[in-house]
Amino acid sequence: MDLEPLISRMKIGSAGETGSWRNYRPVVNKELCNKCKTCFSYCPEGVISEDIEIDYRFCKGCGICKEICRQKAIEMVPE
Amino acid sequence: MILPGNTSCQGCPISLAMRCLDEIENPVLVIPAGCSTVVAGLHPNSAMKIPVIHVPFASTNAVACGVKKAYDQLGIKANVIAWMGDGAADIGFATLSASAVRKDDLITIVVDNEAYMNTGTQASLSTFWKAKTTTSPKGKGDERRNLALIMIAHKADYVATATVGYIEDLRRKFRKAGEMSGFRFIHLHSPCPPGWRFPSEKTIEIARKAVASGAWALFEYHQGRLRFSPVGRRYVEKENRIPLADYLKSQGRFEHLSVEEIEELEKVIEEEWKILRKLSTD
Repeated sequence: MDLEPLISRMKIGSAGETGSWRNYRPVVNKELCNKCKTCFSYCPEGVISEDIEIDYRFCKGCGICKEICRQKAIEMVPE
Repeated sequence: MILPGNTSCQGCPISLAMRCLDEIENPVLVIPAGCSTVVAGLHPNSAMKIPVIHVPFASTNAVACGVKKAYDQLGIKANVIAWMGDGAADIGFATLSASAVRKDDLITIVVDNEAYMNTGTQASLSTFWKAKTTTSPKGKGDERRNLALIMIAHKADYVATATVGYIEDLRRKFRKAGEMSGFRFIHLHSPCPPGWRFPSEKTIEIARKAVASGAWALFEYHQGRLRFSPVGRRYVEKENRIPLADYLKSQGRFEHLSVEEIEELEKVIEEEWKILRKLSTD
């Protein structure tokens, strides 16, 4: 039996470019950011890099990074 | 272990928990129907970097047991993980219990969002007492079931409760479970923005409020000892906790509760803590 058609293959963007779901865009204020990486740890989507660069192609704009940021360095800007 | 651009909702605790799977060496997931199924990818795409087997509800731990035995025969060292929601833990409870009794060499992780979220927020046995769901529009009539205590009663090799609110603690527990062998069980508190009706940015805050108000106890059980986890230890004593209303009133599903009802809930929670304190060796 050919099982190949039943097997899913891994893909970045398995649900497409989910950045289009976003209503608010997180913007990092680099002057306030002290690179504690808490937002990196807590981003559910894993779109924040360790250098605190956000991949807007896939960021859904949940706002957890803004809430978790102790420096208040992230602002949610309407799209 | 999960790739970006997956199907999870904004602020999803499951997606966050799946990221933490990188603490476990060579994981293989067995997932019954639920939110996690969808988050793991829609055919022909997979959002996971690791092998995933999708299975019917009640078979989860039975399949995981078989997969583990097969890997053993092939000489492959794999950490097989039965990854389910609280709904599948209800429906597949018989196989979960049997698996614990057999001491199958696998990890069971229950991501508990306290209702059947994937089908539209129907009440489960894990749903908080008096919480509104689509099947309990006036608030759920029964108290929630404590799965971790049930697993301790099965004398599981490792039992832990965790929360997405404290990622370091969660990662440590995943890592610890991954390094051990035997039947390992992790009950993971997962606040769900659409199901509990709160804004998506509040997932972590609400998870932490659950711990701070005593509504979610953080502990580990290993080698016959129950110990409270460091991040939640101060809330073992009632006087250190924030008012339960702070936790409940930040969610739409508890909007209808009166002061008297919240007091009733507080009493029930304290009863659970009494049991935990008796079992604790701290």
